[in-house]
Order: sequence, then C-alpha cells, then structure tokens
Amino acid sequence: MAEAIFEVFRGDRKGGQPVTYRVPIAPGMVVLDALHHIQAHQAPDLAVRWNCKAGKCGSCSAEVNGRPRLTCKTRMDALALDKPITVQPMKAFPVIKDLVTDVSWNYRVNNKIPPFEPRPGTDWKMYQEDVDRVQEFRKCIECFLCQNVCHVLREHEEMDHFGGPRFFVRVAALEMHPLDSKSRTKVLKDELGIGLCNITKCCTEVCPEEIHITDNAIIPLKERVVDEFYDPVLMLVRKIRGAKQESG
Amino acid sequence: MTTEYETHDHDVLIIGAGGAGLRAALAALAEGAKVGVVCKSLLGKAHTVMAEGGIAAAMANVDSADDWRTHFRDTMRGGKLLNNWRMAQLHAQEAPERVRELEQWGALFDRTQDGQILQRAFGGHSFRRLCHVGDRTGLEMIRTLQDRGVQLGIDVYMECAITRLLKDGDRIAGAFGYWREQGRFVVFRAKSIVMATGGIGKAWKITSNSWEYTGDGMALAYDAGAELMDMEFVQFHPTGMVWPPGVQGILVTEAVRGEGGILRNKLGERFMETYDPKKMELSTRDVVARAIYTEVREGRGTEHGGAYLDISHKPADYVKKKLPSMYHQFKELADVDITKGPMEVGPTCHYMMGGIRVEAETAKASVPGLFAAGEAAAGLHGSNRLGGNSLSDLLVFGRRAGLAAAEHAKETSPSSIDSGQIEAAAQEMLVPFERKAGESPYAIHRDLQETMQNLVGIFRNKEDLIRALEELEKLKERAERVSVEGSRLFNPGWHLAQDLKAMLTVSEAVTRSALAREESRGAHSRIDHPGLDATWGTKNNVIVREENVMTLRQSSVPELPEDLKQLVAEEKA
Repeated sequence: MAEAIFEVFRGDRKGGQPVTYRVPIAPGMVVLDALHHIQAHQAPDLAVRWNCKAGKCGSCSAEVNGRPRLTCKTRMDALALDKPITVQPMKAFPVIKDLVTDVSWNYRVNNKIPPFEPRPGTDWKMYQEDVDRVQEFRKCIECFLCQNVCHVLREHEEMDHFGGPRFFVRVAALEMHPLDSKSRTKVLKDELGIGLCNITKCCTEVCPEEIHITDNAIIPLKERVVDEFYDPVLMLVRKIRGAKQESG
Repeated sequence: MTTEYETHDHDVLIIGAGGAGLRAALAALAEGAKVGVVCKSLLGKAHTVMAEGGIAAAMANVDSADDWRTHFRDTMRGGKLLNNWRMAQLHAQEAPERVRELEQWGALFDRTQDGQILQRAFGGHSFRRLCHVGDRTGLEMIRTLQDRGVQLGIDVYMECAITRLLKDGDRIAGAFGYWREQGRFVVFRAKSIVMATGGIGKAWKITSNSWEYTGDGMALAYDAGAELMDMEFVQFHPTGMVWPPGVQGILVTEAVRGEGGILRNKLGERFMETYDPKKMELSTRDVVARAIYTEVREGRGTEHGGAYLDISHKPADYVKKKLPSMYHQFKELADVDITKGPMEVGPTCHYMMGGIRVEAETAKASVPGLFAAGEAAAGLHGSNRLGGNSLSDLLVFGRRAGLAAAEHAKETSPSSIDSGQIEAAAQEMLVPFERKAGESPYAIHRDLQETMQNLVGIFRNKEDLIRALEELEKLKERAERVSVEGSRLFNPGWHLAQDLKAMLTVSEAVTRSALAREESRGAHSRIDHPGLDATWGTKNNVIVREENVMTLRQSSVPELPEDLKQLVAEEKA
C-alpha cells in the first residue's frame, strides 16, 4: 500500500520540532484523515483541533506545506507525495500544543464591534438583491485562516491596532445590512485599524468559503472611512447640511 | 491528595453552545440570571453549524394556507403519534415568533418576491415551511445567537468538557469538568443546569455528526439519576456521502430533494415510486433511508453501495445559488460536479429523537434543577423527526428551558457540594494515566462504532441486539482498563478515554430500548417484528439508573385532547 511521509510539528509554547510519521494512503484521503491515523496508531496525544470534517465548522485550520488550509479539505492526491508533507500550526497565533493554537484574541476583537441595530419602526421587508452581498459575508466559518495569513498580524504582530480581515468582513456584513442603522466607521478607523491594510489580498486567496474579502468587504469599508474622515469636499458638505450624529 | 480546581458560580449553567444552548442562555439572561455556558469546542463551532435544510415554521409566507395546526399534524404523523403532543403543539405555535426574533437580531434569510422570508418544501411537510438561507441555515442561526449572546454578556467557557453532575441530596448543585487546553479541573456551582449537548452519532461508524456528538449530556443526566426516553429511535438520514471512504457519512442535505433532486438506483429507476408513490423523494426520512438500504441490499445499488441523487436537470446557476455548500462539498471532496451528474448517497446515522425525558412546557428533567433542550431532550419528535423541525426545536425549547431554569434559580437556595464527589470525579479522570500498557481508547472507539453500525443499525433483529449487548459489556470492561500516554496538556487520547464512557452508556440505552420494542415504528425497524403494534403505539420506553443498574420500563404516551386527536386522524396520510 502506498505511503506518505508527514512531518508534523510537535511542541508547545516553549518550542518544538517536526516529527516524522509514515501513513498509508487511501483513495480520497485528506490530511485530517492522516492526522487521525497518526493519533490512533502512533501518537495518541497528538493535539489536533477538528469537529465536522466537512469544511463547515472552521476548526481544523493549519499550514500544510507552508500554505494555510483546512486539513479536512486538503486532499492527499493534490499534494506531492514524493517528498515529506509538512503540517504546522497557524503561525500568527501562539501555540498551545502541536497543531492547536490560541485563537482567543479573535473573540476579544469581536467585542469591539457595535452589534446589529435595526431601524426603529421597520417592517422587516428585505429583497434578495439587497441581501445578496451581505449573505456572502455571513458565509464566514471563522476558520481564522485569513487572520493567520495577513502580514499585518502574522509578521508585524499588530494585534493591538488591527482587527484583521475576518472582522472587516463582519463589520461589512453589519454596515451593508439593509436594515442596520449604526455607523461603524470610527471603530474601523481607530480601533480596528483598517488603514493598516494595504490590499495585498492574501486573505482572499486563503478563504475556504471563497469570500471576496478585499474587493467586497475591505475596499468599500476603506472608501466609507475616507469619505467620512479624509475627504475635504464631503466634510464641507456635511458641515453645511448639519450631518447626523455618529454612533458607536 | 486534594485535587486542585478552579470554581465558578452561576445561577444557570448551560452545557452546550449550539442553537438550543445559546437560545437558553439568552432567555435566562433576559430574566436577570447570572448565566454561564460551557462548550467542548470553540464558540460558534457546535454541530448546529452543519444544519443545512432550514427552520420549519408555519409562517405562511409562500403557502398562505399553512398554519400551526398543519405543522403540528405533520410533526405528529412523522413521529407516528409517539410524540409528546404538548411539545409538538407548543413547537408549531411558537416557531414563527422564534424565527422573526432571529431576524430581529440580524439573521438574513433568503427572500420571497415580496420581501418576506422565503420558505421551501421538505420531507413530510404539507406546505412549504422551511425558512432558509442557501444551504447554511444552521450557520446563520448560530452566528446570530452567538453575536447576541456576546453583545448581552454571557460568560462562555470554551473548550471545557463536563464529566459529572454534582448533587446536593436529590437536587442538582453543579458540575465537574476539565479544560481541554491545560487539562486542569474546574467546578461550576449552579442552581439550574440546562443540558443542550446534542446527539450520539459518534457511537456509529457512518455518521453525519461532528466529533463532539458523544452523548455526553444524556450520560451525565442518566448518571445523576434522570430518566431517558425513546432511546431506540435513532434517525438514519437517507442521504450521506458514500465515497471516497474518508467522507462516508457526511450529510447531503434533504434540501437537494426539496429543490427537486431525484433518487435513482443503478438501473436508472426512480425507485421511490415503489415505497411511497404519493410523496416520492419527499417522503419521511425513515421511509427513504429504508428504501435506499433495501435497493442496495437487493443488488440495485451503485458502485459504492448507495443510490444516485440527481439534481443536474435543474439550471446550473440555480443549483450553485441554492446549494452552494453541496456543490463545493462534492466538487472538492469527491470530484463530482452536481450540476452535471448524479451524487452517490446512502444512509448515515444522523439524529437522536430520544434523550433526556422532559416536561413539555418547562423542559424540566426528572431530577430537580436539571433541564434539557434540543437534540439532548426527548419527546417532540416521537419515533421520527421531520427535516427542519430540529432548528425550530432548538429555538422554541431552548427558550423555554432558559426561562424555566432562571425561574428555578430564583426560587432555589444555595446548595453545598461535598468534596467527596469532586475527589471521585478527579480520580476517575486521572486513573488512565496511572495504568501502563492498557487498552487504547482509539481501538475501543473503533470497535464500538463497528458494533453499533453492524448490530444496531437501520434494520434490527433480536439476535443482533442481544449480541450487541454482549459486545457492549466487553467494551465496557476494556474501557475500564484504558490507559493514556502523555501529559494533561491538550491530550485528545485522554479526552477520548472520558468520552467513551458516555458513548457506552448511551449505546447500551439504545440497544436495550431497541430490544424491548417489538414492533417497527418510525425510525425503529425490527425485521422480526415488521409491522406497527397497537399496544407499543401507546408506550414510550424509559431508562433510568436504579441501584447502579440500567433499568428499563414503559410509560404511557400522553393522550391527545379530543380536538387535536381529530386533527391528526383526518384523512390518513
């Protein structure tokens, strides 16, 4: 039976190294299957996060041959099997153990975002063409691969000043909800640091749900921030008209 | 040696952060209770995210003739009249309001032409009733509830697993558990506990269920002395993937059939004609599952032992818009383009109708201070659940459980927990580390899955069930000799050694109940008792722990009031 060689990171927050495992290959196998095989037969304490195994829960994020992927959707037959396959934890987050990282920072960022606030007196009628673009954003499974790959977080470690692509998608979903009445541009500018994004689009490349993060969420939000805070003509117009109070 | 552990106090502790758990948390919070939610996985990743079909609610946005009475009737008939009628009534009456509430909290459903929530057809529902967004309604629901919970301030204890309920005399006083990350122990003191831990599919080999579905809540309740009910009714969803091996069991939503998908055998015949000519592919799940199983067993199955499900006759754009995750799932995991050709599907262990026995209006279990909602609770669905009725169940009874739990907490004086219970719970967790060269938890799990898949599957008989009980005894013994390597730091082998206990308890309850019920009703099929039995039709099987022995007895199905009896009896389906 054909075999693949895996080099899987074993370690904790103090450090670690890759350990080699040989795994028999079955048709249609994915990397998560291989990790399960290693757990069952060679390393019972190999720490792996997973849940649905169908690409819907976003639990099994890791880096396979250097690329951020969901291990349940990474097929073995799409990988070169004549050399070892490396499996590493997500680099942007602190390692807990082996492939499990501490993603709690993401949940803390979420708390900064003002929630959905419907317009008073709305009749709750909405049309498909109005909800289409927000529905794209709400496909997000919170796998945090976009957060992991973004250089602002991954290399520059700007966790204190930058919310990351996932949360720009969340803000876009709220801002573009047909019945939402809040404005979140100030939070985007000040606390979520949208100005730090320089449109490299790595986030869009790794999103397993194929959300057009940069084009559909980040750029429109950047435009809103610029309109509100950096466009002198619009600022003058607003002053003359007496604009509504910003909330959030 | 005294065990080290951290302590947290709450009025209401909710175990499970899926749709039912989160909805219960919101309800309890609204009553002013101090609420804590414990979940095994990360917040927002509970099995609810997998729900694809939609929320069944008689809103009449598409079929104006729909109302709660028809929904109630469909649910009762689907359950073959074994349901708790009061739960079915409340469910049908309250579901529309619960859906509107979700929308008010930010959920975005697909729309009708006139701007209302779109509803689609589904198996066993007389009208188009499933409120949905593409094929990811579960994700939409959990995100909405999660966002609202975060906004209102519930305390969430993520990646924390409960191993034992703690009692003060007869009543619930709290729970003991561990953090998956560091392996440290934690004690929650609570006046009310809501069990919302979902189902038990991981005890079978081919299942659509996630890693966390090991029957924890049912086993915890049973160990604490609560009654379980209807444990024999395990739903095998007719359409799970069958190929390649790694994806066996993964769900192919009923929505494919709701949007017009057709089932064929290897000869190209639309075989549902033989089994249910009136409803065809949209018959109830038990009928379709048995149909596919029979076609395969009689030699008309596909190459990999399933049936063909075909929606390629619909426009490709429509399929990609309405069933995007199905399109991706098949393309990426099986190299099949569902807009061009058929999918291979077969039965998969999917849902547990049975569970913790509860009172209809309050979700109270039989132990004071314990409540249960969602898949972990029994009664609403009777012997077979209709698609779409689970998401609505979560909202309706999650809310009721949260309200009742908060009410109970207000009326309850603080209890005390004797350290003996805590020490025992800690010892139980640590003992596998002390054994050297014992049994592997993974091997025991694998053997359990084979046993349940082969002996307690879709079609059951007496010999298989008796053998299953013998095998389960052996597996229990092996589990008592399980040993674990490594440290307490995120050790999945250690976690599995614990989860095994719940799976074994629940598997035994299922098997004993299946052996007792000598008829075929809903999801429970006995080859040796193939018809409905009038006496069994008036009984539920109840399981309870008495003097440390699993004891089974019958309880009468609550009788319907006259007007509802008429409603359900009209023109036999």
